[in-house]
Amino acid sequence: MDRIEVSNLNRQFLFRLQDVGKPKAEVAAKRVMERVSGVNIVPHFCRIEDKDLDFYNDFSIIVLGLDSIEARSYINAVACSFLEYDSEENPQEETIKPMVDGGTEGFKGHARVIMPGVTPCFECTIWLFPPQVKFPLCTLAETPRTAAHCIEYAHLIKWDEVHSGKTFDPDDPEHMKWVYSEAVKRAELFGIPGVTYSLTQGVVKNIIPAIASTNAIISAACALETLKIASGCSKTLSNYLTYNGVEGLHTKVTEFARDKDCLVCGPGVLIELDTSVTLQKFIDLLEEHPKLLISKASVTHRGKSLYMQAPPVLEEMTRSNLSLPLFDIMDKTAKDIVHVTGTTINKGTKTSCLRKLRVVFKGIDGVTDMDTAGGA
Amino acid sequence: MIYRIIVNLSYCCFYFLNRGPNSILFLSISSLNVIVYIFVSVGLFHLIDISELNLPKTCNISFPNGKDDLMNFEVTIQPDEGYYLGGVFVFSIQVSPMYPHEAPKVKCKTKVYHPNIDLEGNVCLNILREDWKPVLNINTIIYGLYHLFTQPNHEDPLNPDAAAVLRDNPKMFESNVRRAMAGGYVGQTYFARCM
Repeated sequence: MDRIEVSNLNRQFLFRLQDVGKPKAEVAAKRVMERVSGVNIVPHFCRIEDKDLDFYNDFSIIVLGLDSIEARSYINAVACSFLEYDSEENPQEETIKPMVDGGTEGFKGHARVIMPGVTPCFECTIWLFPPQVKFPLCTLAETPRTAAHCIEYAHLIKWDEVHSGKTFDPDDPEHMKWVYSEAVKRAELFGIPGVTYSLTQGVVKNIIPAIASTNAIISAACALETLKIASGCSKTLSNYLTYNGVEGLHTKVTEFARDKDCLVCGPGVLIELDTSVTLQKFIDLLEEHPKLLISKASVTHRGKSLYMQAPPVLEEMTRSNLSLPLFDIMDKTAKDIVHVTGTTINKGTKTSCLRKLRVVFKGIDGVTDMDTAGGA
Repeated sequence: MIYRIIVNLSYCCFYFLNRGPNSILFLSISSLNVIVYIFVSVGLFHLIDISELNLPKTCNISFPNGKDDLMNFEVTIQPDEGYYLGGVFVFSIQVSPMYPHEAPKVKCKTKVYHPNIDLEGNVCLNILREDWKPVLNINTIIYGLYHLFTQPNHEDPLNPDAAAVLRDNPKMFESNVRRAMAGGYVGQTYFARCM
């Protein structure tokens, strides 16, 4: 987890030399509270997934300074899970949890405002990301040409050979030092210059060196948008700012559109059912439903497969659920989300689809109270 | 009005989503005695691929963790032609929540004498790394793995000795492969029987 390092000090101005090694969250909170009277900041030094949904729901705005796609995807899913839609499929304003996200990579950066249900969420625009650069394994094994090849050889191939079973931990300095020394040996073998400890960290953790000005620009944009949301003093950025300082200075704001069928922030299709409807009946209904027209549907609920049409081994494992009431196999909740995959006709051609459905069971009202289930 | 703002400074390595199957979080809001469960989900697109798998009879899929963990499965390949005819080779495939934006992780669980598969089970297949595109799917991966056995390639070696033998002495390569599959030594390395 994130502790202050010496290399941070050129730009992370809340930190001093004597703070090296301490958690960033704690020192940042302390420094800001010393300088700005009346503000209260509570630091939390832990993984973002260690907090439960109640914690995140407590806040009015969530501002992100995360370092990976997975982390952003997670928080986005959390914030969008609070979103509720009314019967006209409009987002209910009081359930919208605004997020401000920023990121930088060398001379480039972005800042965006996400209003779940209004602007695109993180998943809506995830297709914007280019694929990660990955070296062919055989280049790493046989014909390395760059320092990065030597490092990845040590990281991906040599590690398993020597430590089979033990997972490599990029946050463990001993592991990183081992990879560095192996990379140096490999580089010497092939006469490749440039393997340093900091390059090793950069390649293994996918880090690009940070530039103070880029970070200042992006964090200023994020702070400004947060101020606008908090105070309502101006219209917020709509909705994605990109910055490029490679040659001169270029910024652009693009208004991306939401994906109406987004699995994370979309309303999904509302399906109202009696509690007696079986899974088989439900699957048949999907074929007729005007907004879906899905044939050969497979159904999952909270990560569990309710019924899979294929492959044969999964079909056999889930066949017994078909005759059970959907209400029962959905843990008897009044309303919940399910996902279905299947084939549908889109503009004349058969395509596969994955859809989000809001299933609501009729006649259930305050009955399934888990706090008293099994008790009085 | 007081706004509470959270600034998320924990730049942590994100292990949670990579550890298990779909992550499930519950929030229960108690209002008017109605509890609403909200499901947070990341990682569903592999479901389309799994339900649309169209495998040749030489390839079989199984789910060692059962029907509720579809992100980890095994594929067994039994080539019906070529050097590896008669062998049984098991691969583990792990789908990440970012699929299809990230390629699945594939390892060979069977120790095999093969120019493109090393003794730790790493597989050199371009679509698994540098040539992965989100438009590819699990079916294409399994076909790619199958082709490793029908068309081993000495030009992308992960096992340089095997690659050299295939290139310079195909007859010896053939007998090495048969000896390894039957259970025996090739050079200093012992291969357990996999036929």
